Amino acid sequence: MEYFLIIISAVFVNNILLAQFLGICPFLGVSNRLSTATGMSGAVCFVITLATVVTYLVNRYLLVPFGLEFLQTIAFILVIASLVQIVEIVLKKISPSLYQALGIFLPLITTNCAVLGVAITVVSKEFTFGGAAHLMNLGEATVYAFATSLGYGLAMVLFAGLREHLASNDVPKMFRGLPIALITVSMMAMAFLGFSGMV
Amino acid sequence: MGKKISLILDGFVKNNPTFVLVLGMCPTLATTTSAMNGLSMGLATLFVLVLSNIAISAIAPMVPDKVHIPVYIVVIATFVTVLQLLMQAFVPSVYATLGLFIPLIVVNCIVLGRAEAFAGKNSVGASALDGIGVGLGFTASLVVIGLVREILGSGSAFGWKLFPGDGVLAFVMAPGAFLVLGYLMALFNKYLKK
Amino acid sequence: MVLCLTAVCLLCGAVLGLVYAATYDAIEAASLKALQASIGQVLPEGGALSEANHVEVGGQDYEYYLSTGDGKTLAYAVKSTVSGFGGPLTLMVGVLPDGTVYNTSVLSHTETPGLGAKCTTDAAFVGQWKNFPATKSLKLKKDGGDVDAITASTITSRAYTLAVANAVAVVKNLEGESVAVDAASGASAY
Repeated sequence: MEYFLIIISAVFVNNILLAQFLGICPFLGVSNRLSTATGMSGAVCFVITLATVVTYLVNRYLLVPFGLEFLQTIAFILVIASLVQIVEIVLKKISPSLYQALGIFLPLITTNCAVLGVAITVVSKEFTFGGAAHLMNLGEATVYAFATSLGYGLAMVLFAGLREHLASNDVPKMFRGLPIALITVSMMAMAFLGFSGMV
Repeated sequence: MGKKISLILDGFVKNNPTFVLVLGMCPTLATTTSAMNGLSMGLATLFVLVLSNIAISAIAPMVPDKVHIPVYIVVIATFVTVLQLLMQAFVPSVYATLGLFIPLIVVNCIVLGRAEAFAGKNSVGASALDGIGVGLGFTASLVVIGLVREILGSGSAFGWKLFPGDGVLAFVMAPGAFLVLGYLMALFNKYLKK
Repeated sequence: MVLCLTAVCLLCGAVLGLVYAATYDAIEAASLKALQASIGQVLPEGGALSEANHVEVGGQDYEYYLSTGDGKTLAYAVKSTVSGFGGPLTLMVGVLPDGTVYNTSVLSHTETPGLGAKCTTDAAFVGQWKNFPATKSLKLKKDGGDVDAITASTITSRAYTLAVANAVAVVKNLEGESVAVDAASGASAY
C-alpha cells in the first residue's frame, strides 16, 4: 500500500516535469519526435534509478558517518557523471542494440537536473507515506526514483505525441517553436493538477 | 571600453539565456512564483556564474583537454556548495524558499555552457564580464517572469499589494509558469529578436 | 591528466573544508535562532526553556521543549508533523499543561500557494489558535468540531487541525493521561 502511494504520487500527483519542474531542458529539446522521446525516457529511467540507489548509499555510508554532508552536492554530481560514463561503456559491451537506442542520450543525462534533483530529494526531504514523517529508506528511495522516472517518461511521451501534431499546424509566426510548445505543456500541467490531493 | 559594455549587454538581448539560448529552464519555471523569488534565484546563479567563469578561465590553460569537463564540473560544484553554506548562514529564509534549486545550479546548463563556450577560451577579465552579463540577463528574465506571475497570480508586485483579492491562482501554480514563459517568449521573438 | 583531476579535487575539497569551518558557527546560530523564534512565538513569555526532549507517542517520535518557572511546568512546545495536501506539514504547537493550545506556528509546509499556503497568513484561521480552549473539539466544523477551515482548503485545514490535536495528545500523555494519537493524514482520515 505504501509503495503504491509512492508510485501514484510520483507519477501523477507530483509529476517531476509538470509539477516539480525538473529536467525541463531535455524535455523541450528531444520531444520533437515520439521515437527520440521514448529513447530519452528509457535512458533517464535507467540512470535515475541507478544513480539514486548509488548516491543514497554514498550518502548513508560515506558522507553521514564522517560528517561530510556539506560535500553532498559535489559528491553526488561526481557519482552521477562517472555512473553515466560506466553505463555507457558497459552498455556498449553487453548490449549493442540497447546502446544504439539509448547511447546518444547518455552524455546529455549528466546535466539533466532531474537526476541530481531526485538524488538530493530522497536523502533530504521527509515523507509522510505510511503515517509518521520520516526520511526514505533504501527500498522506498528506489521505488520513488523508479516511479518518478516513469512519470518523466509518461509526460515526455504524451507531450511528444502532441508536438508531432503541432508541427503540421499553422501556428502564428511569433509562437512557432518553443512558445507554442510551452503553452501546450501548460495545458498538460493543468490537466495533471486534477490529480492533486489524491494522495 | 565599448567592447566591455557590449560583453555585458549581450547577455540581456542577443545572448539572453532564457529567451534566446533557452537554458536553465528548470529554475526559471520553478522559482518565479514571485518577483522577489526570481530575483534571489537570479542573483544566486550570477554569483556562481561569475566566480566559476573567473576560476575556469584562470585554470583552463593548465587543464588537459580530455578531462576539462570533469574539472569544470568540480569547480562549479565547489562554488555552488560555497553559495549553499553562505546562504544557510546568512539568509536562511531565502535558502529555505529556493530549496532544491540552489544545489541544482550545478547542472544549470547556463553555467557549464558559459564555462565551455567562453571562459575556457578567454581571459580572466573578459570571462568575469561575460559572467556578469549573462548572470544579469538571467536575473532580469527571472524578475520579469516572476513579476508577471506575481501580478496576475497574487495581485501584488515585489510583495506590494496592487489590487485587493487573490488574482488568478493558476499563475502561481505550475501551469502558469509554462504559460507565462510561452507568451513572454513569443513577445520577445516578435519585438526584440532580430 | 589524472594528476590534474586529483589536484583540482583536492584543492576544491580544501576550499570547501575552509568555508565549511568558517560558516559552521553562523549556520548553527541561524538555525537555532529560527527554532527559538518559532518556540518563542507559541509559548507564554517568561519561564526558562529546556533543551530538546523526545517522546514516543503512538509509534511516532515527537520533539518537544519545556518552559518551566517556579519549579512548575508552564507550557510545552511540541513539533508535530502530518501529511498535508502537498506533502509534510510541520507545526510548532504551544500547549499549556491543561490542554489549552497557547499558539501555533508553521515550521515548514509544501501546500499550494494561494490556497493551502494561507495556513500561514489567513488571519481568521491563524488567529483562532491563540488560546484555543481545551474544552473545544479539535476537529473542523464540517467534521463536527469547533475549528474554522480556510476557504477552499479543507484538506490543509484538516491536516493542520490534526497536527495540533496530536500535539495536544502528546502533552496529555506527558501529563500522565493516556490518549491515543492518530498519525493519519488530513486527506485519508475521512
